[in-house]
Amino acid sequence: MITRIELAVKPAFPDFEGRKIKNGAHDLGVKTIDKVYSFPVTYLQGELSEANSIKIAGHLLADNVTQDYLINRKFERDTDAKQWSVEITFNRGVTDMVAETTLKGIADLGITGITEAKTAKRYIFIGSLTEEQKSLITEKLLMNKVIEHVLQPGEALFAPHGDDRFNLVHVPLRQANADELLKISRDRDLFLNLEEMKTIQKHFQDIGREPTDVELEMLAQTWSEHCSHKSLTGKIEWEGKVIDNLLKNTIFKVTSELNKPWCVSVFKDNAGIIRFDDEYNICFKVETHNHPSAMEPYGGANTGIGGVIRDPMGTGLGAKPVINTDVFCFGPVDIKYEDLPKGVLHPKRVMQGVVSGVRDYGNRMGIPTSNGSIFFDERYIGNPLVYCGNVGLIPVDKCEKTIVPGDAIIVIGGRTGRDGIHGATASSGELHTESEDTWSGAVQIGNPIVEKKLVDTLMQARDLSLYRAITDCGAGGLSSAIGELAETTGAEIELDKVPLKYHGLSYMEIWISEAQERMVIFVAQDKVEQTLKLFAAEDVEATIIGKTTNDKKIRLFYKGTMVGELDMHFLHKGLPKTIRKAKWEKPVIKEAEFPQPANLGDYVHKILAAPNVCSKEWVIKQYDHEVQGGSALKPLVGAAGDGPGDASITRPRMSSFKAVILANGLNPNYGLIDPYHMATSAIDEALRNVIAVGGSLEQTAILDNFCWGNTDKPDRMGGLVRAANACYDAAKVFETPFISGKDSLNNEYQTENGESIAIPPTLLISAISVMTDARKAVSMDLKEAGNLIYCVGLTKYEMGGSHYFNILGKSSATVPQVDLDGAKKIFTAMSAATDKGLVRACHDCSEGGIGIALAEMAFAGALGAEINLSQLPKEPTTLRDDFALFSESNSRFIVEVQPGKQQQFEKALAGCPFAHIGVVNKDTTLVIRGENGKTLVKEDIYKLKESWQKTLGW
Amino acid sequence: MIPGVLVLRAAGSNCDDETKFAFEQAGARADLVHVNRLLNGEVKLENYQILAIPGGFTYGDDISAGKVLANQLKYKLAEKLHQFYNDKKLIIGICNGFQVLVKAGLLPVVDFTAQQTVTLTINDSGKYEDRWVYLKVNDSPCVFTRNSKATLHYPVAHTEGKFVPQDDQTLQYLIDNKLVVFQYISPDGKKPAFPWNPNGSVHDIAGICDPSGRILGLMPHPERNIDPTHSPFWTRNGLAAEGDGLALFKNAVQYFK
Repeated sequence: MITRIELAVKPAFPDFEGRKIKNGAHDLGVKTIDKVYSFPVTYLQGELSEANSIKIAGHLLADNVTQDYLINRKFERDTDAKQWSVEITFNRGVTDMVAETTLKGIADLGITGITEAKTAKRYIFIGSLTEEQKSLITEKLLMNKVIEHVLQPGEALFAPHGDDRFNLVHVPLRQANADELLKISRDRDLFLNLEEMKTIQKHFQDIGREPTDVELEMLAQTWSEHCSHKSLTGKIEWEGKVIDNLLKNTIFKVTSELNKPWCVSVFKDNAGIIRFDDEYNICFKVETHNHPSAMEPYGGANTGIGGVIRDPMGTGLGAKPVINTDVFCFGPVDIKYEDLPKGVLHPKRVMQGVVSGVRDYGNRMGIPTSNGSIFFDERYIGNPLVYCGNVGLIPVDKCEKTIVPGDAIIVIGGRTGRDGIHGATASSGELHTESEDTWSGAVQIGNPIVEKKLVDTLMQARDLSLYRAITDCGAGGLSSAIGELAETTGAEIELDKVPLKYHGLSYMEIWISEAQERMVIFVAQDKVEQTLKLFAAEDVEATIIGKTTNDKKIRLFYKGTMVGELDMHFLHKGLPKTIRKAKWEKPVIKEAEFPQPANLGDYVHKILAAPNVCSKEWVIKQYDHEVQGGSALKPLVGAAGDGPGDASITRPRMSSFKAVILANGLNPNYGLIDPYHMATSAIDEALRNVIAVGGSLEQTAILDNFCWGNTDKPDRMGGLVRAANACYDAAKVFETPFISGKDSLNNEYQTENGESIAIPPTLLISAISVMTDARKAVSMDLKEAGNLIYCVGLTKYEMGGSHYFNILGKSSATVPQVDLDGAKKIFTAMSAATDKGLVRACHDCSEGGIGIALAEMAFAGALGAEINLSQLPKEPTTLRDDFALFSESNSRFIVEVQPGKQQQFEKALAGCPFAHIGVVNKDTTLVIRGENGKTLVKEDIYKLKESWQKTLGW
Repeated sequence: MIPGVLVLRAAGSNCDDETKFAFEQAGARADLVHVNRLLNGEVKLENYQILAIPGGFTYGDDISAGKVLANQLKYKLAEKLHQFYNDKKLIIGICNGFQVLVKAGLLPVVDFTAQQTVTLTINDSGKYEDRWVYLKVNDSPCVFTRNSKATLHYPVAHTEGKFVPQDDQTLQYLIDNKLVVFQYISPDGKKPAFPWNPNGSVHDIAGICDPSGRILGLMPHPERNIDPTHSPFWTRNGLAAEGDGLALFKNAVQYFK
């Protein structure tokens, strides 16, 4: 028996969902809709009396102040009008967390007999619509076919998933020729190349049997780009030499050479760990979730943040997640639908989905999202980038795992389903027009409350020392988690013991499923009982699925039959090193020549309104940045709490003022000119943001996240080699070690005519810095009239990739470079000045240059300012006014200093390029004068603010 | 006496640590207790003087905010809560906790059997809002706001914070009985529009108490403004001795002295 309960908003209250759909349809060009009504629907399977169905509807599902309900009937609206009704529900096997909670709520009411629940959404559209418009609205607005479908009359909502039939599959490999090997790789979506397939063939020829399907899958997943980073750790031909392992020769090398005593654990665990105070360390990891977000923005981003939160949770013996950060790259949100390539979601929909996905997961986990950035470029249309990061706090004595034979292997948290099959391998290939269909199984939907319960209980288990090792199930699922954690011992797993969401999964699917919210712990046998009891007390599933062994083999069983046996050494060390070619040629870019435009104030407005500069308040305010009580410098600052802060400061322990500064640097515009300078610029930007808020280079670590095109293509790989070399050079001089990193390659999108569009080379640098006392923080908003304004750092003719030139449609090859030694001197001097309390406000000069930095400081502080560029330290000294105003040279700050501290401040900056360029005024005008005293800019700060806020003021 | 605070946790609670910390800073002792331990009798409510239901997304707010935890209180703990209330003890619900209190039948009056008369529903902006707001503290029987400053600065962070009474009589009842403890106001003291009324609450209501003044529910987060660095303006205005929120917790402790 199925009971259907439909809810409706009472007429006196707004129907937000209906309104959103109506506006969305309008955006799609459908303007004949008068109104949209939305109705949440719940289906319940099982015996249910009328009284009990009323109890469920009235006391659990509906809010009696704002909602009405109907049982087994549908609401009617505007019955005289032309209308269309459609109902959308989740595909089988997709996480339906509201349904799961509903079952719990029904049990709390004391009602038994309900076996399953499912939710749906029904809509009534008032107005006349063509069939074409109906399908447009359905596909572009109401659902994503990867996870949802239109409910059909008579559809079996609770059809069985199939039974657990067991059929052991061997794959004939030993006799296969090259073509057949490649066919096997392709047909099974293994993404293994011929050399790799031959290596596997040889292995099985040597041991004298055919591999099973699960063995092949485990090898493909462990050897995937996503898990092994084989491109960057393989061999690369570059400028006549062979680089054996690029990462080892650049990123890892600089960390090892710097040898900082405060680096606790780098590049070996799920996140890099550095010292925080005597009792705690902090760890930091940033991941990408690009391909899933391209296909299903909400679910992709949702599981992106959910996944990276589990990295600190799975670091050492488990860190408490304390800060989230996220950086997105999207296509332009104002692009017309007709200009989009086939099979691609509109960037606005991608952005709204991604932001909601990160919001709903981060907020529900109770982790503040305090830092981030968004970048728009056309080349991200088919392949958006979603970087998610998490900082964790971990006791100093819980940073190491111990792996010994004989421990129980326990899976904790969520159940395993068919979601996310082949995620690791799929993410290692290019996207194409049919990706939505082909990879539907790879998309996952998160359930943050399952993860929240998990972390709450896990922290108790950790503090009771109940387990000896932990890791998360991410890409590759149990296969990757147990394969890596038990590498030194070996393990035996009984796959039929793994708790499932539903029946019908094969042993292979169980092993490689990437279902969310799962972790694995290794527990000494004498602590198993206590462990299981602890998790049960807070409704977290914990199930013994196997044990560690001592023969360095992984053995998989299903209902007593061995279905797979692999040698750990072959699994982890057997991957052949492919040689990739790399070359880089300087692009030919013509240097633009043009006269200085008349009114530079217009350009200040235009740059402020540019999507990459404008206010991101619409996004930021949807994230909880106050939870956990440690926010000391918020993402938005100033007199009205809406100015763009340079970095966030968070106290991870409420009892102390010691804090963590988070900042990031990213500028793909520069990467198109020269990835080397993009990388040094990104590092400089991340670090100067740390310095701007009052931090220092002391105990500052950085993370690298490369998102690149297909590095099998030599030009893409060449750019990457240059960027990696730059990372080494810059980190070495700044003495800021890399502690963790990740790369996501193959970020290309194949259009219908076979053309491959690569994303711009994109390197995100995330900086984490330990600040001794948060009470020394400096914000970027101007504070008091009469204070002096300084520019610190040298302004050069570096217009390549600048916003000014982009807006003018001009080109330049003069990408901003970093004078590393000079930059370090400036950063060190600025830190000393803020530490002594000599700096009243400080803003980093980045996108848009001095003009934009000043405008932002003025409107954030609700104060005017008058500036003269004639004294500005610049190179050449004859630099034209507009270039001085908008050049994006690195390592510069605009600083506000109280008159009484002028001498001390100038003394602290001795030896650095700097100049007193103006004064803070109590009026609301920003005046900028040029070389000969001529007024270049005279603008009202509130008008400037309006330009800055309107672009994304959704 | 030093009161004991039971900070109630459930799946999805997430302001429990800072609520505990705020009570401890105010001089109380506080324990985090999972609702399962109250339900199975392992922990006894009667051993505490204050029940605090913190912010968060209990059970994901999947059906509506706070609903599932509210039903657990209403259907499984009503008797114990009644006793707790009759013993003249204190109950506070912040954000998700406020949503729980109105849906469980603890606000505006303790009645576990009647229909809910007020609710907290989706913000007028239709989305989650994390913002700092100004609150006017009204004359009320509320224990937590005794001798309070006239205006307070707290952050809000919620999707379902729009306070709605079911009808005009209900609103009038709240006003007549001085149960409207907090109202949103604009920085210049005038009637607030968005964002100063961040959710569109009827009568700008941010928090209410029951007629005894011993049960308080509010959407803004006092526990997020207890330290000098919590204020969004401290880099402009300097460091205060303590944040505006600490006094509320101190009042609760003082009540037992």
